[in-house]
Amino acid sequence: MYSSGKICLPIAVVLLAAVGGLAGATEPGSFGYGSVATPAQIAGWDIDVRGEDGTGLPPGKSTVDRGADVYAEQCAACHGTFGEGEGRFPKLVGGVGSLRDERPEPTVGSYWPFAPTLWDYINRAMPMSAPHTLSADDVYALTAYILSLNDLVPHDFVADRNSLPKVKMRNRDNFIWTDPRPDTMAKPCMNACVDAADVRISSTAEGRDLTPRTTGPLDTMQPK
Amino acid sequence: MRPDPLRSKAVLSDLAGPNAPVVRRSFLRLGAALTGSLALGGKAAMADPAQGSPPADAPWSQSIGAGVVDRPYGRPADTEASVIRRNVPWLTASAESSVSFSPLQDLHGIITPNGLFFERHHAGRPDIDPAQHKLMIHGLVERPLLLTMKDILRFPSISRIHFIECPANGGMNWRAAQMNSLQFSHGMVSCAEWTGVKLSTLLEETGIKKEAKWAMVEGADGAHMNRSLPLDKCLDDCLVVYAQNGEALRPEQGYPLRLVVPGWEGNVNIKWLRRIKLGDKPWHSREETSKYTDLMPDGTSRGFTWLIDAKSVVTFPCPEKPLDGPGLYEIRGLAWTGNGKVRRVDVSMDGGVNWQTARLHEPVLSKALTKFTLPWRWDGRPALVASRVIDETGYVQPTIAELRKQRGSNSVYHNNSIQTWQVKSDGSVFNVQLG
Ligand code: HEC
Repeated sequence: MYSSGKICLPIAVVLLAAVGGLAGATEPGSFGYGSVATPAQIAGWDIDVRGEDGTGLPPGKSTVDRGADVYAEQCAACHGTFGEGEGRFPKLVGGVGSLRDERPEPTVGSYWPFAPTLWDYINRAMPMSAPHTLSADDVYALTAYILSLNDLVPHDFVADRNSLPKVKMRNRDNFIWTDPRPDTMAKPCMNACVDAADVRISSTAEGRDLTPRTTGPLDTMQPK
Repeated sequence: MRPDPLRSKAVLSDLAGPNAPVVRRSFLRLGAALTGSLALGGKAAMADPAQGSPPADAPWSQSIGAGVVDRPYGRPADTEASVIRRNVPWLTASAESSVSFSPLQDLHGIITPNGLFFERHHAGRPDIDPAQHKLMIHGLVERPLLLTMKDILRFPSISRIHFIECPANGGMNWRAAQMNSLQFSHGMVSCAEWTGVKLSTLLEETGIKKEAKWAMVEGADGAHMNRSLPLDKCLDDCLVVYAQNGEALRPEQGYPLRLVVPGWEGNVNIKWLRRIKLGDKPWHSREETSKYTDLMPDGTSRGFTWLIDAKSVVTFPCPEKPLDGPGLYEIRGLAWTGNGKVRRVDVSMDGGVNWQTARLHEPVLSKALTKFTLPWRWDGRPALVASRVIDETGYVQPTIAELRKQRGSNSVYHNNSIQTWQVKSDGSVFNVQLG
């Protein structure tokens, strides 16, 4: 609608040529902006750990007992002494065998597929108010402790870059990593698509008292 | 359903997933009383409403207004004070790992104003000094790079309009109709014009090693939020952006730099972007294992479900905007799809028995919100209003019953089902599900 077909075609040809030209021409460094990242700079930020094989786990190690101490000090206030979760903060244990229930409880013990991911997440994101301030050893200690709370490792387990990838997580084999969608095949019927007599309301939000107000100041409501 | 004692523990990042509250019906009505406040009904400073209307000349017509730069950075009229992002206080343990919803009921176009764009943080909103912010690109590249904001601004720029939707948008309605509000049932989608650099430009500048198949993208916030993306998507249409609707990104949206992954779930659109690392395999970070995976009824889970499937919603009428007596109305709504363009939207007034095709408003852009309207003469009888989008691949938005048949109701994410609004004869509107 912005141009007639006649004008459109030559523009498309020119555009294609230009894109092709650019793609062919770009050599690494052709803009030359910025600086090459030095090994020291990279080392400071290169914190990622791969869940499946633990690639990226640093040197260091620690025990379940040491983990219990660090946990009591740094984590228990939110996650509960034994990982049961305070208030609405997430549980770190439990829910084993619940994934098919009406109210499943996905946790490290019941849901997480890979143990090195636990090291990675504690290291990058916890404790909530001071993330990425723990030593590698303490992150190993906490990982060992949380795994042991979940009966995934024995009490004398020592966590390090070799032992963590070998921990067999309960839910490891239950993930499908290729998206099967689209998984619905609705047809765009226009008339008399369902029998009007079959149209009934199966649930309503009316009167549930869960919805904060949407006018006036922000609501602080809690469900009754 | 019964009240659930576990409810008070509703896990914040579950966004009302499996443990979401389903509370016994009470007789307290949220209806017209709460939702009847329309823009015009605000507390305009007039003791006598006739003072501002003909035949009288209004007070503001007989005085001088505020001068330029009275508000050097403008703001909405005071009477629009209700049009704000809102949160659900009982949903999350802390506001730092939480979500706020965009007031779709008061928005009129396909662009979300910057101050109303929905928020989802995992460790709060950092306030970053752009002079110190850096983007590092390394891993399986020829030439690891460290870029300042100044460097990034020098690259060829590109602007594109795209929506971003949190895949937990509508998550609270998986089990049942729970939120009696458009804002809280659909407000985790927003749309903006983004300006920045193509990610492919940056990756070509570093050079991509042959073994590279994946990218790990990471934020500079306390969560060090990180996700894996297939390299193909990175090279296809991803953008590294510094501007939103023509001005610098808002801090809540990732200032000074964020990734935009068009059509894919919000969480991968990493805010406060500081690092991109190429690798040969995915990382399986916590946000793509413990979270942002979809639990199926048989206990298996789907991972790497990035795509936002086609979805639409009627934004007028809605619980916040009831009807004001019988007569002619314009039904309005928004449709979007991560698969490209919206091809068609149909609207039903009778709960899906019959459908009529709505008018799509230009521009209809790929992976952007698209506006639709349909005139409707309401006779004052109860109605069930719903919309259904068909995208350019031919995919048809499903009903919640069709989705549940495939996925049960514990999968938290990717509820793109048809939304039905029940219109009662007094014009009040409620979120309902049919089945
Ligand atoms: C101030 C409260 C707080 C403290 C202290 C805290 N956490 Fe957390 N933790 C959270 C919140 C909130 C989340 C969820 C964050 C999100 O999803 O964005 C979380 C998530 C987690 C998770 C992921 C749970 C899951 O199943 O996905 C783990 C593991 C965890 N914390 C471990 C720890 C450890 C170990 C410590 C101590 C070093 C700690 N946390 C300290 C609040 C806290």
